[in-house]
Amino acid sequence: MQTPAPVGYAKATSVSDALALLKKHGEDSRIVAGGHSLIPMMRLRIAAPEALIDINDVAELKGISIEGNEIVIGAMVRHAEVLSSPILFEHYAIFREAEKLIADPIVRNRGTIGGSMCQADPSEDLSAVGAALKGTVVIQSESGTRTVALRDFHEGPYMTKVAQSEILTQVRFPIRPGAGSAYEKVERRVGDWPVASAGTFVVVKDGLVADCGIGLTAVGAEHFCAPEAEAFLIGKEPTEENLSAAAQLAADSCNPFSDQRGPADYKKHLAHELTLRALRRSAAASQGA
Amino acid sequence: MTAVEEVPLSPAGNPIGFGSMKRVEDARFVRGQGNYVDDVNLPGMLHSAILRSPHAHARIVSIDKSAAEALPGVVLVITGEMLAGVPRPSLLGDNFAWMPTLSYDTQAVLATDKVRFQGQEVAFVIAESKYIARDALELIDVEYDVLDAVMDAKKAMDPGAPVIRDDKGQTDNSITDVHGNQSWESGNAEATAAAIAAAEADPNCVVVTEQIPYPRVHPAPMETCGSVAELNPVTGQLTLYTTSQAPHAHRTVYAMVAGLPEQKIRVISPDIGGGFGNKVGVYPGYVLSIVGSLLTGKPVKWMEDRSENLMSTSFARDYHMKATIAATREGKILAVDVDVLADHGAFNGVAQPTNYPAGFFHIFSGSYDYPNAHCKVTPVYTNKAPGGVAYACSFRITEAAYVIERVVDCLAAELQMDPAELRLKNLIAADKFPYMSPTGWEYDSGEYEKTMRLAMEIAGYDELRREQAEKRAKGEYMGIGISFFTEGVGAGPRKTMDILGLGMADGIELRVHPTGKAVLRLSVQSQGQAHETTFAQIVSHELGIPPEDIDVVHGDTDQTPFGLGTYGSRSTPVSGAAASVVARKVRERAKIVAAAALECSPDDLEWELGRWYVKGDKERGKTIQEIALLSHSSLELPEGIEGHLDATAVYNPPNLTYPYGCYICVVDVDVLTGQVKVRRFIAVDDCGVRINPMVVEGQVHGGLADGIGMALMELIAFDEDGNCLGGSFMDYLLPTAMECPDYELGETVTPSPHHPIGAKGVGESATVGSPAAVVNAVIDAISPFGVRHADMPLTPANVWRAIQGRPMRTDMAVE
Ligand SMILES: Cc1cc2nc3c(=O)[nH]c(=O)nc-3n(C[C@H](O)[C@H](O)[C@H](O)COP(=O)(O)OP(=O)(O)OC[C@H]3O[C@@H](n4cnc5c(N)ncnc54)[C@H](O)[C@@H]3O)c2cc1C
Repeated sequence: MQTPAPVGYAKATSVSDALALLKKHGEDSRIVAGGHSLIPMMRLRIAAPEALIDINDVAELKGISIEGNEIVIGAMVRHAEVLSSPILFEHYAIFREAEKLIADPIVRNRGTIGGSMCQADPSEDLSAVGAALKGTVVIQSESGTRTVALRDFHEGPYMTKVAQSEILTQVRFPIRPGAGSAYEKVERRVGDWPVASAGTFVVVKDGLVADCGIGLTAVGAEHFCAPEAEAFLIGKEPTEENLSAAAQLAADSCNPFSDQRGPADYKKHLAHELTLRALRRSAAASQGA
Repeated sequence: MTAVEEVPLSPAGNPIGFGSMKRVEDARFVRGQGNYVDDVNLPGMLHSAILRSPHAHARIVSIDKSAAEALPGVVLVITGEMLAGVPRPSLLGDNFAWMPTLSYDTQAVLATDKVRFQGQEVAFVIAESKYIARDALELIDVEYDVLDAVMDAKKAMDPGAPVIRDDKGQTDNSITDVHGNQSWESGNAEATAAAIAAAEADPNCVVVTEQIPYPRVHPAPMETCGSVAELNPVTGQLTLYTTSQAPHAHRTVYAMVAGLPEQKIRVISPDIGGGFGNKVGVYPGYVLSIVGSLLTGKPVKWMEDRSENLMSTSFARDYHMKATIAATREGKILAVDVDVLADHGAFNGVAQPTNYPAGFFHIFSGSYDYPNAHCKVTPVYTNKAPGGVAYACSFRITEAAYVIERVVDCLAAELQMDPAELRLKNLIAADKFPYMSPTGWEYDSGEYEKTMRLAMEIAGYDELRREQAEKRAKGEYMGIGISFFTEGVGAGPRKTMDILGLGMADGIELRVHPTGKAVLRLSVQSQGQAHETTFAQIVSHELGIPPEDIDVVHGDTDQTPFGLGTYGSRSTPVSGAAASVVARKVRERAKIVAAAALECSPDDLEWELGRWYVKGDKERGKTIQEIALLSHSSLELPEGIEGHLDATAVYNPPNLTYPYGCYICVVDVDVLTGQVKVRRFIAVDDCGVRINPMVVEGQVHGGLADGIGMALMELIAFDEDGNCLGGSFMDYLLPTAMECPDYELGETVTPSPHHPIGAKGVGESATVGSPAAVVNAVIDAISPFGVRHADMPLTPANVWRAIQGRPMRTDMAVE
């Protein structure tokens, strides 16, 4: 068994309580949500926080709801809930498609959307989903709350706009009537992190692409998105040729590195192939196919 | 003989003899009531952790352990230097810093001079809890002088390559075996070379050569390795609870290593959570727990974590094979030559019979009848973890079966011949058995063509080929892969086979109690093979006692007779035969007792299952249970016959047994992403008589999953600096149920002529036979892109790269 270093622990009952506990336990205290990224890192002794502030019992961080024309997902919503949520499925098939491919049921029963965003692993699947749908996050500190666009959220691998003294409370997504969305992932084995993934949404109106979003993970896409490819598609017919050209632009903007999951040229190839597949299915879904 | 003869059922509904019955072990396992080494907690027990080398090759400049020793709860910090000072009055050296390996090499228990692989043992901390022991590791300050590492076996013998074993005064990285050889040859070199040269010159013949590496993989049992050592300071008795597939062999090794009197050592191997060869060798951790107990006077537990298991314990394969096959254009195989570069890691720790330093690799000529075969295996040291023969490999027959089945497919591609047809043309004919192979193995029995035809029938082979052609026309790529393997298992005849001088015969003891219930004591050690079920069935078959009335005792050297343990599929061929022999001895004794009771001559008695009766008078007889009581009673027995009903035996197998099978795998490949989906897997095994067909099928299922894993995802790779890239289950991928199809199994039964019950051993068949079937299927699928071979594991990246004509070298870092 892998054994972590000694660590303190406190259970928060509310967001303000959690913020107070973070302050009390100081610089080296960390929020623990599902614990499926943080605890493995502690066991491997890559991370050794002095104290864990447990937010699993914080009611205000739970639940999926609709506010105006936005879907609001609490930070403590677990992968399994995202996977089975009728609200999310009604608006964006991409959630279910992506979640089916994230880890395994054991991890999905604990891991959270807030934890996934804050972990900011360069291969995080939900980061691609969030970037594709151009979502936002709400970050709370003792001095108040602020909203940050997900495409502006990451400061580098494992680094985000959430400071040590802050808590991510919500992830929000605009509702886009008529949008079709899809997620494509290549993994070496079920339950593995992606070799490459692409998620997209497309809104086709009057035969032309009115709106679209492309998210990519594990392939070194800046902010997990491909804005040039999106710009190229807007106003064009969703033909195979156009979709493929957009997918190529997306792939061109990626900077993957070689590792055990595959060499860089392969990942770049996948960025194209998976973006194309996701765009095809998104466009078809938007057109009611 | 049919697979399952009709046998009567016991009161509990079990077959009295052979037939499917549920594993008696499962009652405790599914309830979480198993008892593994980590479940052993003794009063006053201390815990431990091992500091391991972060470098593949480095000189140790200094070790400062003062901060670790000062940590509250730390009892003792042991270094190699300290071990060198612990005197060891033994046969094999004079201190504890080094220990012998199973291949007559030496291995550092704790490094004294250099570290030679990443993960090597450097210091041992004993503390009051495992957490404290682990915390203390971070406080040990080791200064290393980092050296260049040899990570690519192909460069190990380059002039100027860093010398790994300077401790032995070596000037290069060659390995010399106990016989003084630096390479291991088998078969007829001249005849094979001549046949290949003649074929090259003959327009009616073809010669195909392919590089076919079998990369390094790991057995990865769910239970990692560990031990609890209790050396009683008063009596000098050592009790060692340990994860061992071979408790008796381990006891003898400890007697030699530790210089302890063997009768004072008790090795207990409780429930074992998977072995696959990983738990055959003796690891430094085991020895350290013993030394720790010696130095502290308390029981010491050592239990490695997952990364330690993957990075430091016995790996498997790492054979770089080059195969050349010659054949006529009609597809008659003429000769095969195989040249192997064998990566043995930093210490030659392979576990195999002394006379077989490349294991049984030279059985590579396979299931085909041709006159000329030759192989040469050259071992080298590298800066990788030691070990070698592991992962259900039948002493390297996995590599042998893979290379021949792969190169036969390469030949089929060259000849543009259906690989099934090519195999059928060359299989050894049924009337050639016993068959002497060109490298000197006497295959005991086989009806190969029957087995292959059955597999093709279950698969619907012709229909599959039609479907493949239709799909290809539509740009969809499916592949059909065949593998026909022959193993030699059940090591082995004492005359030729020993490990560290210990002959490979197995002892056994059977005692029938007065009430007719029996206890069978075995030397072999189950790690999931259901010995408690199967061995009871063997005795049941011989004596007619219901299996539920027979307890099987194993895994404790104080309670069982000597034998070499469970690996190389040897339990049924060797100890299974012993069980049959010892039960027959008891049956003969029962005959004398019955004759005394029935007041007749033993010669007048006839046996039916569970009963001796008077010939011609079936009513007059005694059941084995009645005889058991009589044998303990005051009944007068003939002179020279003692009472009671028990016997012992030692079984020395006359030959190996040769199980075989034909496997067919069907895959679908997405050529744009390189992803492989195993759609179907057909496995027809012939392992002789099946004692418990359900257990056999379970063994086959597990082995097929192994094979799919190795073919598609498992790999211990390293980067050039010597970092192990497979040190966790995030990096070392094991297949899950999602990657495995519903297996379609079939059987033929060709009994072994020399085994008392005709059984052959099946524990490794599927692991040996399946990787080639999967790889052949994938290559078949992508052959339209001009691919004839690609290396395992066939990850999506590797498949895609092969299609692009730029295959990766999978055993090294990616690019
Ligand atoms: C075997 C395995 C396979 C996996 N496979 C995949 C995969 O295929 N794809 C994928 O995308 N992911 C995968 N994951 C990761 C999984 O999705 C994790 O659940 C997720 O990354 C983290 O969520 P968590 O709730 O467990 O976060 P935690 O581990 O609890 O926290 C992660 C980090 O976020 C911080 N944090 C958490 N919540 C908040 C918050 N509300 N405010 C501020 N900071 C916070 C923590 O302090 C910590 O630094 C896998 C994980 C495992 C163990």
